[in-house]
Amino acid sequence: MSHAETHSHDHDHDHKPKGFVKRWLMTTNHKDIGTLYLIFSLTMFIFGGALAMIIRLELFQPGLQFVQPEFFNQLTTMHALIMVFGAVMPAFVGFANWMIPIMIGAPDMALPRMNNWSFWILPFAFTMLASTFFMDGGAPAAGWTLYPPLVLQGGHNLAFAVFAIHMLGISSIMGAINVIATIMNMRAPNMGYLKMPLFVWTWLITAFLLIAVMPVFAGAVTMLLTDHYFGTSFFNAAGGGDPVLFQHIFWFFGHPEVYIMILPSFGIISEIIPTFARKPLFGYVSMVYATAGIAFLSFIVWAHHMFSVGMPLGGELFFMYATFLISIPTGVKVFNWVSTMWKGSMTFETPMLWSIAFIILFTIGGFSGLMLAIAPADFQYHDTYFVVAHFHYVLVTGAVFAIIGGVYYWIPKWTGNMYSERLGKIHFWWSVISVNVLFFPQHFLGLAGMPRRIPDYSVQFANWNMWSSIGGFAFGLAQIFFCIIVWRTIKGKGTSKATDRVWEGAKGLEWFIPSPAPHHTFQDGAPVNDEHLAHVSSH
Amino acid sequence: MNKEKSYSSSGLKIFLWVALVLLVNGSALAKSSLNMTQGVTEFSKIAYDLHMIVLWICVVIGVLVFGAMIYSMFAHRKSKGVTAAQFSHSTTAEIIWTVIPIVILIIIAFPATKALIKMEAPTDAEGKNIVMDMTIKVTGFQWKWKYDYLDEGISFLSTLKSDSNIARQIGSGINPATVENYLLDVDHPLVIPVDTNIRILLTANDVIHSWWVPEFGWKRDAVPGFVNEAWTNVKKIGTYRGQCAELCGKDHGFMPVVVNVVSKEDYANWVESQKGEQKVAAVKNNAQWSKVDLISKGKEVFNSQCATCHQATGKGMPPTFPALDGSAVVNGPIDEQIKTVVFGRKGTAMAAFGGILSESDIAAAITYTRNAWGNTAKDVAQPKDVKKIKNS
Amino acid sequence: MKKTVLKTALFAVLMFGFAFALIPLYDTFCEITGLNGKTSGQVEADLVKNQVIDENRKVIVQFDSSVNSELNWEFRPTEFEMEVIPGKFYHTEFYAKNLSNKDITGQATYSVTPAKASLYFNKTECFCFTKQTLKAHEEVKMPVTFIVDTKLANDVKIMTLSYTFFKLES
Repeated sequence: MSHAETHSHDHDHDHKPKGFVKRWLMTTNHKDIGTLYLIFSLTMFIFGGALAMIIRLELFQPGLQFVQPEFFNQLTTMHALIMVFGAVMPAFVGFANWMIPIMIGAPDMALPRMNNWSFWILPFAFTMLASTFFMDGGAPAAGWTLYPPLVLQGGHNLAFAVFAIHMLGISSIMGAINVIATIMNMRAPNMGYLKMPLFVWTWLITAFLLIAVMPVFAGAVTMLLTDHYFGTSFFNAAGGGDPVLFQHIFWFFGHPEVYIMILPSFGIISEIIPTFARKPLFGYVSMVYATAGIAFLSFIVWAHHMFSVGMPLGGELFFMYATFLISIPTGVKVFNWVSTMWKGSMTFETPMLWSIAFIILFTIGGFSGLMLAIAPADFQYHDTYFVVAHFHYVLVTGAVFAIIGGVYYWIPKWTGNMYSERLGKIHFWWSVISVNVLFFPQHFLGLAGMPRRIPDYSVQFANWNMWSSIGGFAFGLAQIFFCIIVWRTIKGKGTSKATDRVWEGAKGLEWFIPSPAPHHTFQDGAPVNDEHLAHVSSH
Repeated sequence: MNKEKSYSSSGLKIFLWVALVLLVNGSALAKSSLNMTQGVTEFSKIAYDLHMIVLWICVVIGVLVFGAMIYSMFAHRKSKGVTAAQFSHSTTAEIIWTVIPIVILIIIAFPATKALIKMEAPTDAEGKNIVMDMTIKVTGFQWKWKYDYLDEGISFLSTLKSDSNIARQIGSGINPATVENYLLDVDHPLVIPVDTNIRILLTANDVIHSWWVPEFGWKRDAVPGFVNEAWTNVKKIGTYRGQCAELCGKDHGFMPVVVNVVSKEDYANWVESQKGEQKVAAVKNNAQWSKVDLISKGKEVFNSQCATCHQATGKGMPPTFPALDGSAVVNGPIDEQIKTVVFGRKGTAMAAFGGILSESDIAAAITYTRNAWGNTAKDVAQPKDVKKIKNS
Repeated sequence: MKKTVLKTALFAVLMFGFAFALIPLYDTFCEITGLNGKTSGQVEADLVKNQVIDENRKVIVQFDSSVNSELNWEFRPTEFEMEVIPGKFYHTEFYAKNLSNKDITGQATYSVTPAKASLYFNKTECFCFTKQTLKAHEEVKMPVTFIVDTKLANDVKIMTLSYTFFKLES
């Protein structure tokens, strides 16, 4: 609070470009682009969520009631593609754009014009992807994993999906290059690498993962395209190819990809917990190493997604052991968060509640992940609802909870208005109860033998599917409520003005600028003292 | 006062009733569908044991970690007036919680490794290599299984039973609960002898499928152009049900696996009767059929192979799956219809059945459609007509 | 800054190429490890010389065939299985017949199970991955000559050589 005056007087709100086109379409401002990413992400979250609601509606009871099996497969495929590439990833890029320059004391992202471009590609990519719903033969229906030969039966939606993936891949790569260039070159003096907030660190590592694997994914789908249209046989057994090879390439991308969706969450949680525990983050350096360790391991565990594909013993053992190793740095992180809370002076505002739920529920997802790593048991778990439960625990109660927690944490800084604490808490309890009703029974379904990606099931699975659907509808509604809360906060309805510091225990540069953050910050460089920083490597 | 008491006692009664109902339901559920099956093979037991070991390890870790966290949430809150400590690292603690997980992982790795080795190189109790008694080849098709008993020369298709298939259609009006083994029953189950080492080879004709019977303890992918190997030895006579576990297109959810495990004598008898039946089928495949026989056989074939898309009513699901009732093809020249069925229609959902069904089955199904519903062709296709077109 | 951008962009481009490089890498990897049931292609002369034959060791080799449903051929092994002594040459034949009135070209893929045995199954003569055109109603015998390496793990008692014929679209 006390430092606000050092930065605020010379960049006020008057520098914003006037008019919609100039302000939003042509913007090169990292805050505006961050806002665009976040709005886009929320839109896709609601769209992907709507698809999930239809899925849960169909699965509410046995027998087919609402959709045909081929449309059901389109729903599961598009739900995954939209949630992964449209909701979760852009949300993190939104956070990165908004917060990274502020957190490291930079005036903007390193490549502001490219930044504009990497955002505006996205709406086109997803319009193209979503348009396949209206094509002859419908949207892609082979699952988001796009396994051949099935995906090659799909008709022309494949070309649309592949081009959409190319575009959003280019967008992600440009975004990642921008993040790397910003962090490596634009830190304020005195902002050493080991003084950076953990959110910046996790994003730096995520950005490296992105440029390493998004091109591989682009290559894999390009090969699908040539197999389909130009008679190549990369994955076609009849021509000497191997369909299983696609799975190897896909998961070489796919496993780092799931960490791309979780590492920035770790960063957000590592910002929120110390603030509300009023205590420095425990084990900052080990957090950085753990993140890097997880990123490295993500490249050598891919075939644990393929235990039942028929691998030689040596392969199964290697990928089982390597996967075991991931639980060590992940465990370190969880222990560090708990230790940060230990002997703190905690309060439980909405962002803290989401973070605590994140730690517990993400860890449950981690436990089922450890179980899945055990190859002989995975021969039972694989491709069942147990897996569906697992990855929704890590992606919904993991990634999505961290995103929502991050929004509550920073929205006062973004808008200058406090959200309504009462509504935020209602949203939290509503979500946390319903999400467990939604996903916990899916563990039972999987163990009882229900395969994933089926539109109808035997009556023995009816009970838990009904519960899961009820939880699903309730969780879906809760997120509509979230949209209302966000809208009210932006408009300042039923809220109070945010202070500059916002949270009593907040540390880090973003809390030393006014709320709402002015359009331009740190234009003349940031005078960073150790007292501004959350992490001072002074041990 | 009295009234209040009776209120509260009736409230208590209701509560007890609800608790009782939940308890009964809960224990019934616990038996049937809360946990992984222990199964009927050595391997399913191994998978179950590993599953339980790791589950309990996770529960213990969870209780400790979440317990510490929840304690902290109550004890170290600002409203209690505590001031925050300012420590930010402890090398000892960090070493401890790195080393303990490593030890736990090593403990888990031992039984898991042993289990994998056993699966790869089957050995008996004395550690001697097991010799396989028979080989069955499983081929995945969209959306059925084909079983080849390589030693016996027996071969047949296994498709979702028609009562399930009819009940599952949108608007069928049939409650799935009234269908026995809804979606988990087939026309021709795999039959295998008990206490026998069976080698299972897996491959596929079109896309990747995955063959899974939970009670046997594993699933394995069936990949077109490649052959995978697995083995099993079922210890208990019975009928075991599973499903395709790899997304394989539209009817992925409707290609169950059913295995009848029978005594060795029953198996020998079954093999004999199958061989007899296959001989008869081979003869019938070259014979001239009566119209009545064609129609009755055709109805059976149609309901198991064609009704998935074209519907038992012949109304189809336009535009993707056209109606056969009143169709120009079904009421037009018969050779055109045979061609459509044998070679499929490129660029549509119509598969080529020439390589999947026998000539007599195709002839019967075609004859049935031309005489069923409101169709007016009323003529007959013989197996030899199909063969002629197939070989053209 | 420019350097960072160039380096990262170049890295991304290289990773795109890496996806394609995985194709030959995977093939090589499979050849070395026997993953996906591919056998090592040609038998080297010294491999045959170096065999220390144990006349008492017997391994069963099964022959299996699949015909993709789009190909109107009959295709089957002429014998179901063979007892072989590792280190010796054996010869068998597959029978193929074009059932149709048209010339059709097909192509076969093969795999050997179990995967760990595939490394030690060496063919000196085979018809895999070559186009085969059969004239209308033509029948052929397709020969396979093979040798099972004596280095085959002792616990492998039975292995299967499986061919799948696909129709080659012209």
